[in-house]
Amino acid sequence: MPRPIKAVNISVTSGEMAVRTALEKLQTALKPLDLAPEESGAVELVMAEALNNIVEHAYPEGSPAGPIRIRATHKSDGLHLTVVDEGLGMPDGKLPLGAPAQVDVDLFDLPEGGFGWFLIKDLAKDVEYKRLGWENHLKLRIIVGIKDETV
Amino acid sequence: MNLTSRTENSLQIVSVSDTRIDAAVAIEFKDAMRTQTESGSGVVVLDLSEVQFIDSSGLGAIVASMKQMGRDRKLALAGLTPTVEKVFRLTRMDSVFPLFTTLDSALNDLRN
Repeated sequence: MPRPIKAVNISVTSGEMAVRTALEKLQTALKPLDLAPEESGAVELVMAEALNNIVEHAYPEGSPAGPIRIRATHKSDGLHLTVVDEGLGMPDGKLPLGAPAQVDVDLFDLPEGGFGWFLIKDLAKDVEYKRLGWENHLKLRIIVGIKDETV
Repeated sequence: MNLTSRTENSLQIVSVSDTRIDAAVAIEFKDAMRTQTESGSGVVVLDLSEVQFIDSSGLGAIVASMKQMGRDRKLALAGLTPTVEKVFRLTRMDSVFPLFTTLDSALNDLRN
């Protein structure tokens, strides 16, 4: 039986292993929700993409490491996640479009990146980005752990 | 990144023994794939049975591995868990690689 969770707060320092560490902590904290494998897979993928972007672009190689804070709350409409970092802001202060990558192309023109925001926007709802002072705030919702109303 | 390789019925099977192909190991994976595939010929079946998670960096590294094999070789992917398969389906990479749920089904299908 799924059990409600209190708000989950996870904090890691950017770096090569930060994403794996944060994802492990998040999956452990979400265990009481008893998510189906495809649901926890979606959470892991969305958060991996969001966190990879922070490690690669907000705290790029050569710049000092910094904090990444994740907050998760579960409500009747799904899992609400906020990710905050103190690194560089998004170019133009906006989220990338997240267009699907072109795959009907020659072998050597196939994309090797640029899938991240597309996956986030495909799997998550209400994706919002704000630059607040020194911080990047990314908010999103993933529709998982919803009570089956027919029961 | 631990890859092992064997040949069966002229198919080269490259097995991944790590459980994740993610941003932390993407470059290592691509380099290990080059080492495994640079001297053979024919179809390569990448056995992902042990892999529980692939992110977009891992997906990019698999695409890069296929490119570095050149036009003379083909890459098929086998042993995809539903979560891993979903990454390929959502990005429409399922139109680029043949995907097989199990290694056996890949070998049966691709065998001459």
